[in-house]
Amino acid sequence: MTTIAELPGRALAADDNAAELAADEKRERQGLFVLCSPALVLVFLVVILPVGWLFWLSLYDAHDAFTWGNYTRMVHSGAYIKTFRTTFEISVVVTGVCVLLGYPLAYLLSQLSQRLAALGMICVILPFWTSLLVRTYAWLVLLQRKGLINEALLGLGVIDHPLRLVYNFTGTVIGMVHILLPFLVMPLYASMKTIDRDLVRAAANLGASPVQGFWRVFFPLSLPGLFAGVVLVFVLCLGFYVTPALLGGGKVQMWAMRIETSVNLYANWGAASALGVVLLVVTLAILYGLHRLFGLHRVLGPS
Amino acid sequence: MTRRSVPITTAAVLAGAFAAGALVGPAFAAGSITVASWGGAFQAAERKAFFQPAAKALGIVIKEDTTNGIADVRAQVKADAVKWDVTEQGSNTCAQLQSEGLVEPLDYGVITNTKGIEPTLVSSHWVGIIYYSTIIGWSTETYGQNGPQSWADFWDTKKFPGSRASYAKPYYNLEAALIADGVPFDKVYPTLETPEGQDRAFAKIAEIKPSVAVWWRSGAQSAQLIKDGEVDALAIWNGRISSAIKDGAKAAFTFNQGVFDFDCLVVPKGAPHKALAMKAINQFLAPGNQALLPRYISYGPVNLDAFETGLITPEQAAQVNSSPQNAKVQFVLNPNFWVGRYDKLQERFDELIQE
Repeated sequence: MTTIAELPGRALAADDNAAELAADEKRERQGLFVLCSPALVLVFLVVILPVGWLFWLSLYDAHDAFTWGNYTRMVHSGAYIKTFRTTFEISVVVTGVCVLLGYPLAYLLSQLSQRLAALGMICVILPFWTSLLVRTYAWLVLLQRKGLINEALLGLGVIDHPLRLVYNFTGTVIGMVHILLPFLVMPLYASMKTIDRDLVRAAANLGASPVQGFWRVFFPLSLPGLFAGVVLVFVLCLGFYVTPALLGGGKVQMWAMRIETSVNLYANWGAASALGVVLLVVTLAILYGLHRLFGLHRVLGPS
Repeated sequence: MTRRSVPITTAAVLAGAFAAGALVGPAFAAGSITVASWGGAFQAAERKAFFQPAAKALGIVIKEDTTNGIADVRAQVKADAVKWDVTEQGSNTCAQLQSEGLVEPLDYGVITNTKGIEPTLVSSHWVGIIYYSTIIGWSTETYGQNGPQSWADFWDTKKFPGSRASYAKPYYNLEAALIADGVPFDKVYPTLETPEGQDRAFAKIAEIKPSVAVWWRSGAQSAQLIKDGEVDALAIWNGRISSAIKDGAKAAFTFNQGVFDFDCLVVPKGAPHKALAMKAINQFLAPGNQALLPRYISYGPVNLDAFETGLITPEQAAQVNSSPQNAKVQFVLNPNFWVGRYDKLQERFDELIQE
């Protein structure tokens, strides 16, 4: 390919400009870096250093001897393996249910008029202003054996014996979906609001049915917001503590609960630190995997 | 305010502050200690029975805090930032802390009120403070007054169908499992010390697992379960279920085969007011103060001389787990079995109860 520099008569000007432009660009990059550096220093002190210390702690046992035992225990101990499996199962199920419930809700909100949409968003955000613990206990009142739902269904004659809705996997999923749904709806709604309605109308103009218009035009454009929401919900699920602890009845043990048990069980922070480090590494790996598959940079930039 | 009145106002304020300080002065000079216990209704009862009488007798201020277990003490001692002078811990925790060298030796020259205490509860670095039992409770709506009377009954889901709840730790559960399997009281720990014995206990727990609706993690949660009628029968601490019944829960319990255990007091290594702490512990163990505890909660005084002070009424004695008639049907837990074994057994237990 012939570059501008190679065209006869333009060579001289292009060379001078190129060097100067490169120098300017370098200076601009350096300037931006200097502007960012306070934030970078803060992130280093508050995030990188503590995580590095955590990793260093996890390599020592109760007698301050260097050991890989905290990590090998995770591979050998059945309790840990079950906990990992449970954590991923719950995270996938909760994320899936959130998407099934949250996408239609966000779509509805994005199609409403300004005032009604604002009202709808308030209803979605309002639970955030209630304490997490209170919301979790409220689910107990609804779901327990003599709770409102069971009493209502028994009274109506729909069931003969109370349903086991809480203190198990089901109860944990219900509670977590309730708490994490706003995290999916908000980025999705924001993304959907930016989709130009004219595009769907254009598709109709070209002969698409409403369903085709939705699936082939609207849905792909909403994917960045959907991925943002999915990533947020999934990562939050991985580290969730309170709701599984209260609604799981001791049978559903997630990663964060295992960290708490380790703190109480072992005479040093090693076991708990190791779990924390593994959680961080797994989360980063999942984020990286999602990025390679779907391109998370699209989430941040215009679609 | 004019410029001249400011210095006068300042002088007046300072004078007032000094006067106030002089009035309050003596109280601060008297000394204070910090005691940590389990919080909630339990600590409120201990406050009325132990802390307030001791503070009055010694003329000191007793500040309170709450503890969640062994990790608190470890964290404070290892960070060299001990803020508690005395803390209450579970029996196996005290033994564990002693073996880890994290507690001060107790001064039995000062702590003289140990005459009425079982010798096994008086150790070089810890001393028992109260007895509590893990007993079988049930919902009277399901079983009436005829609930499970033994651990074998508890495990028998044909005779007593319904849901169960148990403590989410292997503590008490392993002992109860072997007793339900027919092991006599004196053979329980010899059996548990062998790998086959532990396998047998875990297999027995796996038997009851499908009926266990909840593995509870705190006393308050267990009390809530029986108050809500969430489960039909459960293993629960006797003080909790007694309080729940007083609050109107439709429940009953039996002391038969209850697992008899104790809480103990330790002084963390490097406690700021060691000498005062020893004096306070002596006060807590005094028969007169120990006898006050059954008034507020059904946990038993560890100093059995309390039953001879005449301060414990027969009604209280019937509810208290360490009164002679109740203590003799119970199984005494041995905390020394758990020292060093706890973490492996807890992990195996966690693997079993997870689904």
